[in-house]
Amino acid sequence: MKNWPLWEIFVRSKAGLSHKHFGSLHAADEAMAIENARDVYCRRNEGVSIWVVKSEHITASDPADADPLFEPAKDKVYRHPTFYVLPDEVGHM
Amino acid sequence: MIEKLEQQFQAKIDAEVKIEPKDWMPEKYRKTLIRQISQHAHSEVVGMLPEGNWITRAPSLRRKIALVAKVQDEAGHGLYLYSAAETLGAERDDLLDQLHTGKAKYSSIFNYPATTWADMGAIGWLVDGAAIMNQVMLTRASYGPYARAMVRICKEESFHQRQGYEILLTLCRGTEIQKQMAQDSLNRWWWPSLMMFGPNDAESTHSAQSMAWKIKRKSNDELRQAFVDATVPQAKILGITIPDPDLKWNEERGHYDFGEIDWAEFWNVVKGNGPCNRQRIEDRKKAYEKGAWVRDAAVAYAEKREQRKAASKAKVA
Repeated sequence: MKNWPLWEIFVRSKAGLSHKHFGSLHAADEAMAIENARDVYCRRNEGVSIWVVKSEHITASDPADADPLFEPAKDKVYRHPTFYVLPDEVGHM
Repeated sequence: MIEKLEQQFQAKIDAEVKIEPKDWMPEKYRKTLIRQISQHAHSEVVGMLPEGNWITRAPSLRRKIALVAKVQDEAGHGLYLYSAAETLGAERDDLLDQLHTGKAKYSSIFNYPATTWADMGAIGWLVDGAAIMNQVMLTRASYGPYARAMVRICKEESFHQRQGYEILLTLCRGTEIQKQMAQDSLNRWWWPSLMMFGPNDAESTHSAQSMAWKIKRKSNDELRQAFVDATVPQAKILGITIPDPDLKWNEERGHYDFGEIDWAEFWNVVKGNGPCNRQRIEDRKKAYEKGAWVRDAAVAYAEKREQRKAASKAKVA
């Protein structure tokens, strides 16, 4: 497989839903990656659309930096609706 | 430093937080997983051989399409698992090489021959049944990609077991000779199926650490007991007899007691001396070597397409 690059496979399970990461596989080119993804991940009507992306083209955040990366969102309770106090008579808002 | 990382790692595991590919992990956790996942993958791939043998001789089109679909699933399961192993930094070629040179093991059950059509039933019912026990546990394994592959695999295995059981049910409701064929198959596959869960807990070398890391969540003996308890009533419905004179319900334990496994046979097959060990590896090597031109041709074709695309782009520009 040394010459067959690794591809990440994303499948839309039905119209209206977004593509979701299903896994990865090796294939010589993008056409073969789609065919292999069909055979490996969609043997039982799991999808209506497939995206394939070469794994080397994905840039990921470093899990070791997750704390500082996501820290800014941690203390901002005012971004949530429950932060605002309204009387019961307002009902659902 | 390492000690602190290891403590944090274990704390995550204890808190049921999944470990993902780029997370820090102890080298031994990585190695244990690569070994276990790749051997699991090899088992799926070698597991196609005893069944592939019967595709052309299936007794009806219905049986044949089911068997083809099952064997195709196993190829798929092998691929999910190899991909999971690759997220840990293993190279697919190295893993295959370890299988071909005998450095990596695979489930010993596939070193037994499938000599009659009834074996297609027994393999689905017992071998896939035993695999399901183990794999359902592994859907909760601490390593994310492994657990996710297992969820997908478990969904598909249920069809495997049911199609196997249906084959035996049909034979058991057929002529006396057909029923005997089912009984003979159960006689040959029962004990090797129990061996699939591995050595007794006291003898199992990797178990304690794997349990602490939540790669395993149930011991070999617990899983084996669950399999026996689930399978005995199914054999009764078939009307065939499990070949174990010591098998009986234990009211006090709430489980079936069963006889001692022939561990000498188990270790003999693990060490490479089962009925089909050499043949299985030869067949895998042959398939890999004979497929080399296909792999090369696919690369050559992809390169040619790439060049044509570049050339037509240059023309437009």
